[in-house]
Amino acid sequence: FYLTPPQVNSILKANEYSFKVPEFDGKNVSSVLGFDSNQLPANAPIEDRRSAATCLQTRGMLLGVFDGHAGCACAQAVSERLFYYIAVSLLPHETLLEIENAVESGRALLPILQWHKHPNDYFSKEASKLYFNSLRTYWQELIDLNSGETTDVKEALINAFKRLDSDISLEAQVGDPNSFLNYLVLRVAFSGATACVAHVDGVDLHVANTGDSRAMLGVQEEDGSWSAVNLSHDHNAQNEHEVERVKMEHPKSEEKSLVKQDRLLGLLMPFRAFGDVKFKWSIELQKRVVESGPDQLNDNEYTKFIPPNYHTPPYLTAEPEVIHHKLRPQDKFLVLATDGLWETMHRQDVARIVGEYLTGVHHQQPIAVGGYKVTLGQMHGLLTERRARISSVFEDQNAATHLIRHAVGNNEFGTVDHERLSKMLSLPEELARMYRDDITIIVVQFNSHVI
Amino acid sequence: AVGMFLRLLSDVRWRAANPKWRRMTCCRRSTSSTAEPHPISLPAQAQVVICGGGIMGTSVAYHLSKLGWKDIVLLEQGRLAAGTTRFCAGIVSAARHVSIELKMADYSNKLYQQLEQETGIQTGYMKTGSISLAQTQDRLISLRRIASSLNVMGIPCEIITPKQVAQLHPLINIHDLVGAMYVPEDALVSSANVSLALATAASRNGVQIHERTSVSHVLVQKGRVTGVETDRGQIRCQYFVNCAGQWAYELGHSGDEPVSIPLHACEHFYLLTHPLKEPLASSIPTIVDPDGRIYIRNWQGGILSGGFEKNPKPLFTEGRNQLEIQNLQEDWDHFEPLLSALLRRMPDLEALQIMQLVNCPESFTPDMRCIMGESPTVRGYFVLAGMNSAGISYGGGAGKYLAEWMVNGYPSENVWPLDLKRFGTLQSSRTFLRHRVMEVMPLMCDLKVPRWDFQTGRQLRTSPLYDRLDAQGARWMEKHGFERVKYFVPPGKDLLDLDQSKTFYKPDWFDIVGSEVKCCKEAVCVIDMSSFTKFEISSTGDQALESLQYLFSNDLDVPVGHVVHTGMLNEKGGYENDCSIARLSKRSFFMISPTDQQVHCWAWLKNRLPNDSNLTMEDVTWKYTALNLIGPRAVDVLSELSYAPITPEHFPSLFCKEMSVGYANGIRVMSITHTGEPGFMLYIPIEYALHVYNEVMNMGQKYGIRNAGYYALRSLRIEKFFAFWGQDLDAFTTPMECGREFQVKLEKGMQFVGQEALLEQKQNGVYKRFTMFILEDHDTDMDLWPWWGEPIFRNGRYVGKTTSSAYSYTLERHVCLGFVQHFDEKTGEELVVTTDFINQGEYEIEIAGQRFQAKAKLYPFSSLFTHRRRKDEVELSGYQRE
Repeated sequence: FYLTPPQVNSILKANEYSFKVPEFDGKNVSSVLGFDSNQLPANAPIEDRRSAATCLQTRGMLLGVFDGHAGCACAQAVSERLFYYIAVSLLPHETLLEIENAVESGRALLPILQWHKHPNDYFSKEASKLYFNSLRTYWQELIDLNSGETTDVKEALINAFKRLDSDISLEAQVGDPNSFLNYLVLRVAFSGATACVAHVDGVDLHVANTGDSRAMLGVQEEDGSWSAVNLSHDHNAQNEHEVERVKMEHPKSEEKSLVKQDRLLGLLMPFRAFGDVKFKWSIELQKRVVESGPDQLNDNEYTKFIPPNYHTPPYLTAEPEVIHHKLRPQDKFLVLATDGLWETMHRQDVARIVGEYLTGVHHQQPIAVGGYKVTLGQMHGLLTERRARISSVFEDQNAATHLIRHAVGNNEFGTVDHERLSKMLSLPEELARMYRDDITIIVVQFNSHVI
Repeated sequence: AVGMFLRLLSDVRWRAANPKWRRMTCCRRSTSSTAEPHPISLPAQAQVVICGGGIMGTSVAYHLSKLGWKDIVLLEQGRLAAGTTRFCAGIVSAARHVSIELKMADYSNKLYQQLEQETGIQTGYMKTGSISLAQTQDRLISLRRIASSLNVMGIPCEIITPKQVAQLHPLINIHDLVGAMYVPEDALVSSANVSLALATAASRNGVQIHERTSVSHVLVQKGRVTGVETDRGQIRCQYFVNCAGQWAYELGHSGDEPVSIPLHACEHFYLLTHPLKEPLASSIPTIVDPDGRIYIRNWQGGILSGGFEKNPKPLFTEGRNQLEIQNLQEDWDHFEPLLSALLRRMPDLEALQIMQLVNCPESFTPDMRCIMGESPTVRGYFVLAGMNSAGISYGGGAGKYLAEWMVNGYPSENVWPLDLKRFGTLQSSRTFLRHRVMEVMPLMCDLKVPRWDFQTGRQLRTSPLYDRLDAQGARWMEKHGFERVKYFVPPGKDLLDLDQSKTFYKPDWFDIVGSEVKCCKEAVCVIDMSSFTKFEISSTGDQALESLQYLFSNDLDVPVGHVVHTGMLNEKGGYENDCSIARLSKRSFFMISPTDQQVHCWAWLKNRLPNDSNLTMEDVTWKYTALNLIGPRAVDVLSELSYAPITPEHFPSLFCKEMSVGYANGIRVMSITHTGEPGFMLYIPIEYALHVYNEVMNMGQKYGIRNAGYYALRSLRIEKFFAFWGQDLDAFTTPMECGREFQVKLEKGMQFVGQEALLEQKQNGVYKRFTMFILEDHDTDMDLWPWWGEPIFRNGRYVGKTTSSAYSYTLERHVCLGFVQHFDEKTGEELVVTTDFINQGEYEIEIAGQRFQAKAKLYPFSSLFTHRRRKDEVELSGYQRE
């Protein structure tokens, strides 16, 4: 059986979201025109998360994709909390004071972030108080530290990542009297998540990456063609520097056991991640927390299991690698996506597909036979392919959806094959994960008039 | 392609024979004509100036010179045959739906065939035949209809099986075909060379041809052409012929006195390939695959294939006067559906190498028929343009008819379907044209089913009751831009979608119209008939009566308040118009004509009424809303609304009175219904329309009043054997031929136009006779419905064609109206048709190849319909139109 094109569309579009930066006086003064995002689950429930927000007390926009593993709890927590940590890290001393005073005296708080959320993107209500207290502790410490220096974005990003991961770890160790929350903080700490976050402020683009999601810049060359520039490095076994780093951090005796079958300790694909306390805590701490934890935790084989050759923790960090890029007029868009996309598509194809989508089909070069030898059959093949490309463009109003359509449905000729698309989308839940991973994509479009 | 076109440009053998016509070889590549010296200056004056050196202009010049006119100048802004003519596909095919188009194509074919011999110029004429394919049964019916009319015209044609198609053309995939039509005499030509051959022959006959001369505008004085202004000076002339193709519209609008020529260009694509490995035989038939929207012909051993896509690209909407059509951009993506259709039809062509995709704009018109004839506003201004991509098929015949028209005052065939005057100025809006041609171009390949209406450019002219009627379920058709109700869909009843409702069989509205007809017969119905053309003619003295008495065939010197049915005849006694005229006062007349007469009748009368400031004619069409109150209870409704006695004694048939209806005063009421049923026409000043309509509907409720539409009217009038102008009657039909001698004042000793011709017919008899046929063995539910144009057979021999048909709900039979002729069995000569000849035959009507027995009648069933009416009354009201 096959899904009809409308059925395919309703699956593909279920999670799509678009945001357009509002214009003032008919002009958009921001370097960001807006963004399109979308998710296609393979796991049930999906373990990927995404976030987007505008910083209200400083300038800039934050966008991020989060790929969870061993459940979605950690990815969910990071998607809710990380941007607050970043925003707070970026705030000047006076603003932090103002906020703290407001909280102290019970006055209304200055809003820090304006979120751009799809209705399916939720925040945990139960944990909000707990999360807020942790955040407040963080800014109180920042106030006490008062370095007096202007905040460096790179440093702020690194601090925010590290602080959030440490808070996740601490909350799990301390526990919570509320049994639901207690179980929640433990699940967050024992599951893991990678994060790839972009901060755009004018022409300054920072990408902070932890793990194997990826940020890619779409560049339009002078001849109109599209190329891709990586703005992150994958933290996995394929990255020599990463393998090198891990080896440096542990005694030589562990060299052989550190990376096995391209996994950390033979278990974990990403070499950096939030949560995953099993790769961070000492064996004693793990045992103590699990034993004192709720029954659900005790019954879980995974949490009780200690990784082999576990001698000198921590083996894992949430510290991001930050890349700074000054935007140029030819930089048209940024793609943030979890590894579900990059496993199926080369970045060069991603750049071309999104570039052609954003500039519209009318830029498709007209075909001219000229002096070439072309047969009717060849021409027909070429035209049907072009038409297929055009029709799938017309179906999508969202660049991320368009990209997912290609990622899932592309045939060997690089064009969307409805039959294939239909097959891939109608896989039963238990099989889907074998053929594809969760895919989460954010496509940020830059404003060439401002840059 | 380039090779083919260059060849014709270098073909100079014939040029030497003609010193009057010199090519400006020096400036051939130049795009500006003004900068170049012209060795031969333009004449100061000529009888005729033709603008346009394509197939149309050269054909008109050729035929005019054949008819003996010699003082002719043909002006071409670029080079001869360089516009659409140069690029057109060169297919000459008689497979046409409209009979006049079929005749033009047939003549063109015969003309082109002998042109090479006549002129010595190679025209590339090759009799290949053509095969039109049918992928569906409906398409096959459509082809059978064409085949049926080709056969009776003596043009060989047969319906063949898919297997026979494969035998005629080895490359065709026949798996999805249900049949095809083979026309063996269809031909291919090099259209540019045909045009040059015509030019050469015309030139030898004295026509002067000047290239690189463009007409800027036409000079007009007192409504007559006096000359043309060109970029090389002025030429005085009596006649101007606009054959400017896709630029005809702009040229028409360039003068002080604009001439509206409604056409618009669309891009048209076709493909040229290199020869096949085994080059196609030059005699291989041309393939037309209308369901695939394509045509495929042999081209130098390869193929030439183009088509009419669903999403045409109109161009030059804003106007763009350019010298010649430069080869416009190829658009392969746009051509993709046609290429798919081609490869589906001929899969073996996959490996064939492409040479070029040619983009050649074609002109299209609002109704898919070409435009010819004289301007209604400027005398001596003739037009031949808008060929809807069949220019080469029509070129010869169209040029001939137009030349006859100019020389004799009328063409030798009825060309009303093509007459420029069928359009009004309302069709010359660029927006309208752009939208309409986007509908027309795809229609070239769509199925032509009965009762099809255009969907674009609608709601242009409407009655003030439009919204009221629409809310009551009205379904609309359009005539001359005016919205008219076809029928009313009762609440809760659904009809098929437009596309699904296309059928050659019983339509989905059958029962709906049936109940409207029943209501007309038994109670009373209202039909909004506001679209009819209405003129008022009045004078200070007797001028109006005197002029009208001469221009109309029936006696108009009747007592005030009488209505007269009369023809407006031409010198040959043929109907130029058929109308009702009410005498409002001694000196003023109110004239009602068919909707599409608005331009034609106005021009006809304007040109013939004396130029007298005391005689005025006014078009009051827009001033009145016309409601037709039909049925036996109409008299009750009207008398209750007016408090006036409406009995036959006070208000006999064919009477006109001004009276009040409800609160509204000054309603012109006439005791005619255009159907032969009892009832009244109400001519209501438009501001009272809604009031009167509401009053009539309220008062009529107790008499069972309901709305009805034109389909009901049509059924009523056809079963009553009423001819209508534009379909049954035309400029080649006289009152004598349709049993209307009683509408002619032959005995009164008065002079009128057409009198001599009618007197001669009265003495010698007529050569055709309007006859009514009742289909006998026709199953309304199962059989194909007649439409019009079906051949009539008498004792197995072809004697004529039907002109209209309808289902009669009273007779429960189909009724066809048509003309019967009498051809000598041996010589084919036309003989006089007598009443005995009509009555003593066994008749059959052929619908798409299938013959049905029919009973012929020369008089309507009078007693069958109403007991109260006498026969002479029925005959007196014998008048109807659509």
